[in-house]
Amino acid sequence: MIGLTHYLVVAAILFALGVFGIVINRKNLIVMLMAIELILLAVNLNLVAFSSYLHDLVGQVFAMFVLTVAAGEAAIGLAILVIYFRGRGTISVDDVNRMKG
Amino acid sequence: MILFIVFLPLLAAAVAGLSNKAFGSTLPKLVTTGALFVSCLLSWPIFLHYLGGGEPAVTQVFTWMKSGDLDIAWALRVDALTAVMLVVITSVSALVHLYSWGYMEEDPDQPRFFAYLSLFTFAMLMLVTANNLVQMFFGWEGVGLASYLLIGFWFRKPSANAAAIKAFVVNRVGDLGFMLGIFGIYLVFGTVSIPDILAAAPHMAGSTIGFLGHRVDTLTLLCLLLFVGACGKSAQLGLHTWLPDAMEGPTPVSALIHAATMVTAGVFMVCRMSPLFETSVVAQHVVMTVGAATCFFAATIGLVQNDIKRVIAYSTCSQLGYMFLAAGVGAYNAAMFHLFTHAFFKALLFLGAGSVIHAMHHEQDMRYYGGLRKKIPYTFWAMMAGTLAITGVGLEGVFGFAGFYSKDAIIESAFASGQTGAALTGVLVALLTSFYSWRLMFLTFWGKPRWAQSEHIQHAVHDAHGHDDHAHAHDAHHDHGHHAEHDGTGGYHPHESPLTILIPLILLSVGAIFAGFAFHKFFIDPSAGEAYWKGSIAFREKLMEAMEDLPMLTKLSASIAMLLGLLTAIQLYLRKPDLPGKIAAQFSVVYDFLLHKWYIDELYDILFVRPAFAIGRLFWKKGDEGTIDRFGPNGSAWLVSQGSRVTARLQSGYVYTYAFVMLIGLTAALTWAIQS
Repeated sequence: MIGLTHYLVVAAILFALGVFGIVINRKNLIVMLMAIELILLAVNLNLVAFSSYLHDLVGQVFAMFVLTVAAGEAAIGLAILVIYFRGRGTISVDDVNRMKG
Repeated sequence: MILFIVFLPLLAAAVAGLSNKAFGSTLPKLVTTGALFVSCLLSWPIFLHYLGGGEPAVTQVFTWMKSGDLDIAWALRVDALTAVMLVVITSVSALVHLYSWGYMEEDPDQPRFFAYLSLFTFAMLMLVTANNLVQMFFGWEGVGLASYLLIGFWFRKPSANAAAIKAFVVNRVGDLGFMLGIFGIYLVFGTVSIPDILAAAPHMAGSTIGFLGHRVDTLTLLCLLLFVGACGKSAQLGLHTWLPDAMEGPTPVSALIHAATMVTAGVFMVCRMSPLFETSVVAQHVVMTVGAATCFFAATIGLVQNDIKRVIAYSTCSQLGYMFLAAGVGAYNAAMFHLFTHAFFKALLFLGAGSVIHAMHHEQDMRYYGGLRKKIPYTFWAMMAGTLAITGVGLEGVFGFAGFYSKDAIIESAFASGQTGAALTGVLVALLTSFYSWRLMFLTFWGKPRWAQSEHIQHAVHDAHGHDDHAHAHDAHHDHGHHAEHDGTGGYHPHESPLTILIPLILLSVGAIFAGFAFHKFFIDPSAGEAYWKGSIAFREKLMEAMEDLPMLTKLSASIAMLLGLLTAIQLYLRKPDLPGKIAAQFSVVYDFLLHKWYIDELYDILFVRPAFAIGRLFWKKGDEGTIDRFGPNGSAWLVSQGSRVTARLQSGYVYTYAFVMLIGLTAALTWAIQS
């Protein structure tokens, strides 16, 4: 029987993958955006799991909102990425350090 | 009336010093010179009044400070002693003001110069009219300030600045003694009023006081402390080094301050406090010894100097030694008499030298003079009068120039008081005085012109050619150019100074010739002197009487010494002009020793100046830079910059670092929130 715990464990693994994807990733910014999506989806999974467990639809409604925001965020993030690439000719994470003190 | 005499110069100084440049220089000059002449005209009646037997008078001006027992008032005291100083100061100062019209004609800063001169005169008058020691100290410092300002008048010249600072610093050493003396007197007598101190002094004889961990005689200590002050101001041996350097100032200043008035302030102070000095035999001995030593020391240096002003400066130093010698043997009246005559003939010699320098285009080296007798006859005759006065030419009972009476009085009083050593020093110095004074005259006015080699003169001749706009004058100059090799003039012809310079010379010549003859009775005659001084100084009638009973030879000794000096000078500088050089080469050790002024400056350099610099450098490098700066401002600045460098490294600029830190922070905050 697949219970709440399994969902939560999967969501936690996804969240951790997302975080490590941001922190350890040295490749490029697209991977980083994908990692952010992963974190959001992990959270979504949590919301839906709890919603089903508690029999409360608010969680599923909230998940729809998160998906919408995630779509918007992905669109803006990619747009910035394109502009950035035009300007600097690279999207490598190691080259994006203009805020170095 | 005394108020006018003292405060007119101050007023004039304020007007001249503060007046706007728009007024030009004529108005300030007129105001200061006019004020001084008024002061001078008011002073002479006072002097004559005291000659006729006037009583001492004190004019209260207003209270200065009042605190517990200490009560100091501004008060102007006039008595026989002050009267002498009044005429000396105002007369010489008025004439020097007039002289400066001619001498400083081309200077752009004339109002400042005249303001300083008048300020000096005011301070000096304050000093001599003081009724208490604090007021005297005010005048004392005032003249020191004016002296500093005037020595450094040409402040763009580094040597003048150095000389001004040297004069100020050396005077501070003496002033410390004077101040300690005043403090000590207040401690002992409980008052600073001069008449009260002098009245109380005899009762203090024999008491002792603790000083630097020893018990010493009170009055001796006080006298010696005051005398240290007098030594500083009057350039006595040890503290004399500033006086020759002070010749960097304009010549009128040298005449007024460093010959006639300020440097005699020490002598005046000792005479003013003479009843106090009378109570201490030791102090009197010290005064006499220092006086005699300075007298001899300065005269020997004067023998070999080549700068005309320096010869006269050392001569001044030597004559001041004479005055202290007289004060030391108890002949305060003789000291004051010499001060009086000396003021006239030394101011005359200085102003005469200034006139020569003016004529010779600022050349001061006597080796480049020669044969000026015909070129500048008035100056020559004025200098002649001054030289006759300083060497003491005269015939007992008939007539003598000023110095004859006063110098004889000093030497005779030394003999009469039994101080044969001091007296013989005086006689020997009379010989030296005569020698260096005539040497100066012969080198300057006799012989052949030698100024072709002088840089100043070559400069002047060059300028004259450059500025020549009269075509026909060219031939004349050309002619002179040809003569240059033959007559040593280098084409330069000295011109006599303007009338504003000559009038003071003539008036001072009158003083130098007649001051001794006219007034010697009042100053040194046993009975007339007693009637004149009236207790303003300690007057020893017996000593004056003993002077008259001296054997003929001792009376004539000074004149004989003078003649010997004259003959030696004639032999060396007129008849065999190449002999001095040979002698100098023969005794080069002695010559160098004298030429370098006994190496006193060098000695002080090693003893005081260098250690002072070393200590200063130690505190600067090790103390300030090494400790305070290193751990203070520089240290904290270093800490901040290092700290910021470390923190800046956290700002990597990489997104993932920020995200990581954010995550850690968020976790930590959450943990903390849940925990609590």
